[in-house]
Amino acid sequence: MNFEYQVTGDDFSLAGRASSDIKKKLKQLGIPSCTIKRTAISMYEAEINMVIHADGGSISINIDDDIISIVLKDTGPGIPDLALAMQEGYTTASEAARELGFGAGMGLMNIKRNSDNLTIDSIVGQGTTVTILLKIGE
Amino acid sequence: MEDHYFHSVTLDASLCKGCTVCIKGCPTEAIRVQKGRAWIIPERCIDCGECIRTCPSGAKKAISDPISLLEQFDYCVAIPAPTLYGQFRASVSCNRILTALKSLGFDDVYEVAAAAEILSHETRDFLIQNKGKGTFISSSCPVIVRLVESRFPSLLDQLVPMISPMELSARIVKEREKDRPGKVGVFFISPCAAKVTDVKNPRGITHSSVDGVIGIKDIYKELKLAVSQVEEEEPLNKASALGISWARTDGEGAAVNSENHISVDGIDHVIDVLENLENGHIRDVDFVELMSCPGGCVGGPLAVENPYVARSIVSIREGRHREEESLSYAESFHPPKGVDLLWTEQLESRATHLLDPDYKTAIKMMEEIEIIRKGLPGLDCGSCGAPSCRALAEDIVLGKTSETDCVFKLREKIRDLTREMIQLESRMPPGLDR
Repeated sequence: MNFEYQVTGDDFSLAGRASSDIKKKLKQLGIPSCTIKRTAISMYEAEINMVIHADGGSISINIDDDIISIVLKDTGPGIPDLALAMQEGYTTASEAARELGFGAGMGLMNIKRNSDNLTIDSIVGQGTTVTILLKIGE
Repeated sequence: MEDHYFHSVTLDASLCKGCTVCIKGCPTEAIRVQKGRAWIIPERCIDCGECIRTCPSGAKKAISDPISLLEQFDYCVAIPAPTLYGQFRASVSCNRILTALKSLGFDDVYEVAAAAEILSHETRDFLIQNKGKGTFISSSCPVIVRLVESRFPSLLDQLVPMISPMELSARIVKEREKDRPGKVGVFFISPCAAKVTDVKNPRGITHSSVDGVIGIKDIYKELKLAVSQVEEEEPLNKASALGISWARTDGEGAAVNSENHISVDGIDHVIDVLENLENGHIRDVDFVELMSCPGGCVGGPLAVENPYVARSIVSIREGRHREEESLSYAESFHPPKGVDLLWTEQLESRATHLLDPDYKTAIKMMEEIEIIRKGLPGLDCGSCGAPSCRALAEDIVLGKTSETDCVFKLREKIRDLTREMIQLESRMPPGLDR
């Protein structure tokens, strides 16, 4: 089954709403707690990145028998150096975002650590698509 | 064995007007209004008392034990919550309050604040030993333990696996009085409705050592009179500022003395923090003190004084105690021999919102829920008796109600029927239709 969310850019007060909603749905479906936690962390980090860097975008989540796939699409500035962006501690977050406790340069690493597969397709000036796959299981 | 779904929070149907105020504030969506009155879904209720606070008709109540329960025991010990000290003006000494409490029929008193001091030190040691293993959540508030079980089971391992100060107090008293002939009864003097539930259906332990829970509000009148009649104060107050501070928000957090802790009160704020913990957003925090009630235990539904006034009184008392450090707890912050502090039972996820145990059936049900939800107005007006359109959609799919419970859907249906009737009325029998 599929769920779609629109994420508003630069509105930190609303950031994380999609992650919370999907978390609630996963609990209703009886998905194991550890998978829910990994999904919550991965999706939240990606959602926050979308708010901080890309002025929002859309999230599509597909839940099937044994895989949760999350696709986050934005039309933001893109990532010029993906290898650098994946390094822990590296950040291009604004001062405002950092003052709010975001943008510590841990986001992508955290997604990688908590998901089973992470793919990032990014074109500078056109946008980024982040695909996160998580296996359902203990 | 007590009823699996015993709750101290109950509804007086004769007072309920079916106004739907309570359904909105319930953090676990445990209340519905049907046939003109509210009812509580027992497996979802966590006894937080939010409905008691918000019900304009006073129909939600917390059951606690009557003081007449003391008659069933040969030797009775009161274990008052530190919050009791916030219910009387700061000029009334702790010893006067405890002496008055004892005069209501107790043979002795033992302050829960004293047990809280022991737990403060044990928790501090626990956090040091488990440094680097994530953020730990205080388990002293029974509502939080139940909330984590039902809504945040992925955080169960992060709860500090220790009994509450109430439970420790009862164990200490029972250990001390173990050689006393006759039946010893221990009674918690409580600001908290959930503690009643916690005694009947404890978490982390098999059974509680507390024999009864008496609400502060239920003995307040007698106690106030007794306070004014105390002739000679007994030196019963042993707890220091550290333990007394547990009555208010940040008392426990500060007493545990972790380098990085946060203290949160009010169920909405607590849920927000738990969401953030689950999302991995809260890092670099060793310990979170979460209190369901506004202001901490001073805001409990069985307390009498305004929580903010009570908090101020508690703070004044703390300051006074700090100046008299000789009052410091005699047992040097260690539990007496023979008293265990740790949980013995593993906590389990109580997924009260699970649609169906079978995953494929649950998915199918969720698909139906989404279709129904999209057809509902999305106003979350509550007139159907469910807290939101989404909750109504869930109830419909679970077979508990029908779509026409939504007044907008009902109107739509009536309009369609009327249109159909008018169309039918205009049709003539074929023989006459020229």
